[in-house]
Amino acid sequence: MDVPLGIPFEHVIYLAIILFLIGVVGILIRRNVIFILLSLEVMMNACGLAFIAAGARWGEADGQVMFMFILALAAAEVAVALGLVVQLSRRFRTLDIDAASEMTG
Amino acid sequence: MAYWLFYFAGFIAIASAIMAITRLNASHALIYLVVTLLSIAVIFYLLGAPFAAALQIVIYAGAIVVLFLFVVMMLNLGRRSVEREKQWLLPGIWVIPSIMAGALFVVLGIALSGTQNEAQIAGSMIGPQTVGRALMGPYILGVELAGFLLLAALVGAYHLGRRYLDERREK
Repeated sequence: MDVPLGIPFEHVIYLAIILFLIGVVGILIRRNVIFILLSLEVMMNACGLAFIAAGARWGEADGQVMFMFILALAAAEVAVALGLVVQLSRRFRTLDIDAASEMTG
Repeated sequence: MAYWLFYFAGFIAIASAIMAITRLNASHALIYLVVTLLSIAVIFYLLGAPFAAALQIVIYAGAIVVLFLFVVMMLNLGRRSVEREKQWLLPGIWVIPSIMAGALFVVLGIALSGTQNEAQIAGSMIGPQTVGRALMGPYILGVELAGFLLLAALVGAYHLGRRYLDERREK
């Protein structure tokens, strides 16, 4: 398959910004910790999209390399965060992120 | 043809991302997240990154979301959690965050429009071979650091999950 011509670089960046902001809004409006993690995934994907768009814009492989690092980061983050979700639901019997705000200082 | 395919996939990505963050049921939200990830994979392919598109499908949609689904099923969220979500997600709660996000979008849009960067993405496909050369060449230190990070995550996830299983076994 040949490479499609003429996707404007700015439009891809605008799409990445919109997806990132959807993730930000998701983190701000939700109290359930699973949905907060889900919004984080959307944000990380938006970052990866920006990296790949930049890599494609200048015809270099570095964008995809950075995307792979983001992928490793996302996998590590999800593994630890879901362990924390299990602990949260076990200790507090809820998934409300505000229930864990015990550390007063 | 591929020109409008980008806008089509982008529209689906945005719509399903909005659906994903507003659902009450966690499993439904995860399915919408899968749709978002798959349409972003289509965009990666259109941008000339077939290896990244494949990794997006295999690792994000195939492994990470399945991990989410396992945890959601293990926690056994039933109808009661949907009711509680309804209490938490008040009708007007999204207004102020959306206004702030819109302001941020305007600022970023102004910053982008000031750069006079009217480039179009028309380069050739960057295949897995080129990416692998870059990964094992100048970025080898980053690969090793990613390995450390994954090992730390493995140990952390095992530590966090083990106590849960132990206590469950005692009961």
